[in-house]
Amino acid sequence: MQSNMSALARATPLVFIALFVIGLAAPFFIYPTFLMKILCFGLFACAFNLLLGYVGLLSFGHAAFLGTAGYVCGWVVRDFGLTPELGILAGTLAAGALGWVFGSLAIRRTGIYFAMITLALAQMVYFLALQIKATGGEDGLQGVPRGHLFGLIDLSDNLAMYYLVFAVFCIGFFIIYRTIHSPFGQILKAIRENEPRAMSLGYDVAKFKLLAFVLSAALAGMAGATKTLVFQLASLTDVHWHMSGEVVLMTLLGGLGTVLGPLVGAATIVSLQTELADTVGSWVTVIMGAIFVACVLAFRRGIVGEIMALVRRAGIR
Amino acid sequence: MEIFGIPSALFGSQLLIGLINGSFYAILSLGLAIIFGLLNIINFAHGAQYMMGAFVAWIALTRFGINYWAALLLSPVLIGLLGVVLERTMLRKLYKLDHLYGLLLTFGLALIFEGVFRDRYGISGQSYEVPELLQGGINLGFMFLPIYRAWVVVAALTVCFGTWFMIEKTKLGAYLRAGTENPQMVQALGINVPLLITFTYGYGVALAAFAGVLAAPIYQVSPMMGSNLIIVVFAVVVIGGMGSIMGSIVTGLGLGLIEGLTRVFYPEASAVVVFVIMVIVLLVRPAGLFGRTA
Repeated sequence: MQSNMSALARATPLVFIALFVIGLAAPFFIYPTFLMKILCFGLFACAFNLLLGYVGLLSFGHAAFLGTAGYVCGWVVRDFGLTPELGILAGTLAAGALGWVFGSLAIRRTGIYFAMITLALAQMVYFLALQIKATGGEDGLQGVPRGHLFGLIDLSDNLAMYYLVFAVFCIGFFIIYRTIHSPFGQILKAIRENEPRAMSLGYDVAKFKLLAFVLSAALAGMAGATKTLVFQLASLTDVHWHMSGEVVLMTLLGGLGTVLGPLVGAATIVSLQTELADTVGSWVTVIMGAIFVACVLAFRRGIVGEIMALVRRAGIR
Repeated sequence: MEIFGIPSALFGSQLLIGLINGSFYAILSLGLAIIFGLLNIINFAHGAQYMMGAFVAWIALTRFGINYWAALLLSPVLIGLLGVVLERTMLRKLYKLDHLYGLLLTFGLALIFEGVFRDRYGISGQSYEVPELLQGGINLGFMFLPIYRAWVVVAALTVCFGTWFMIEKTKLGAYLRAGTENPQMVQALGINVPLLITFTYGYGVALAAFAGVLAAPIYQVSPMMGSNLIIVVFAVVVIGGMGSIMGSIVTGLGLGLIEGLTRVFYPEASAVVVFVIMVIVLLVRPAGLFGRTA
């Protein structure tokens, strides 16, 4: 078993390098806007997975962070003329701050209550977004300019925009990867496995949970802010609870608690939605629901989890 | 006549709407609490089942000419049976896993139900006529009271207190409470716990469908009517805590009234007031008003 694990561990950097090269080359083969959508949702799902997969906290309100960051980014870029990188930064910080507020409230309860509290808080954000004038209500925040990165590079070119999104994804992914594999990440996993034990070892469990929550919220915000620049629009869809459910589905389908699972899940769901939108119309929701049910009943490891289990089993034989 | 400088008719009608919403919160959070007590899962499909309850009544009337009173019985039975099937075929497989999987499964089911009805009936609402016996209203002097609305409050409260009575005072209720405390022990005493669980889920779901039929003549019958309501009910459940049956009823009614009052004095905040109260309760008393310390 030990040698198989190390075989997997040895293969990991190769997989990352291969994926990085694919990411660099991809826009020359596939429609860049589609790829950007996958990367934004991939980062969103990875950020969500940091919380559910590694701390065991199910947040059913992550759309609030995606959406709020999108609105803040769109607002400062369009109405104050800030450059795109500052817009993304502003969105990320806003989502982190909101995450701190949500987190300090939600970690007062655990398990199912935690999920309901985050859902209710996110619904509050949804109602606020619906009523406040600055968000444009039902119309959303339209006509956000992509602008010039650092005031120099014109992002209205799809290829330039793609490489910015790719860079943002890599930064976010690297932060998550480093967090998971740091002593901090080990403590998070200890909390997931046995909270009373972690507490008895002297760790301030509440503080660690809150930190993880803020980090996850901020990174979800980074994805949301970037998404606003790509589509030049921040809308109510991004703060709706359907979005919170979608990110759960992406993570579950790809593989809960695996590093690459959420990206795979996001790519699968985004492709499915794009593919199905033309053919089946409103049945998309039904199909998403059916995938949800199938994942929970029969496919709890997810795509990446199953592949890893297969590799391990093959190694034993 | 005026109360706090507000015309009494407006005041009264908003309070009545608050009371009606409160009745729905009470009946739905009661169902969630019963299901949670025995199954340890949060039934996310509760809102969708409420919606389907309303749709069954509407389809029964428009397609088959089955009237309101028959639908009030038929719809909870049909949707309750659907609940029994779901419990037997799907939920049962999850009891040994983390409780969160139950939430995720029922969320998926809610998406399926909503999607099917949206595809079939679109997003615009269908109207359901108030039954003849309950049409019209009474002038109370300070306000006009539509009879149907008074009926909804009375019917919902009757069902709530009937459920409370069943759980607290009957033998079946005693099994249920014992099953919540220690299912293994109850099973060892020769009581069929799996059957009890199935019945409980079916009953909780039937409560949601009953609320749906009550709601049909007041709100538009639409595929989305349940999902927005259920999130507010989740907040109600967090505020009340799921430890006590009476707690769910009282919290539901109280929050409905507070929401009604907010609509009178500061309408902009009425959509979020329940969530704000949830935040305050979490800060002051994290276990919820009637909850045991978790």
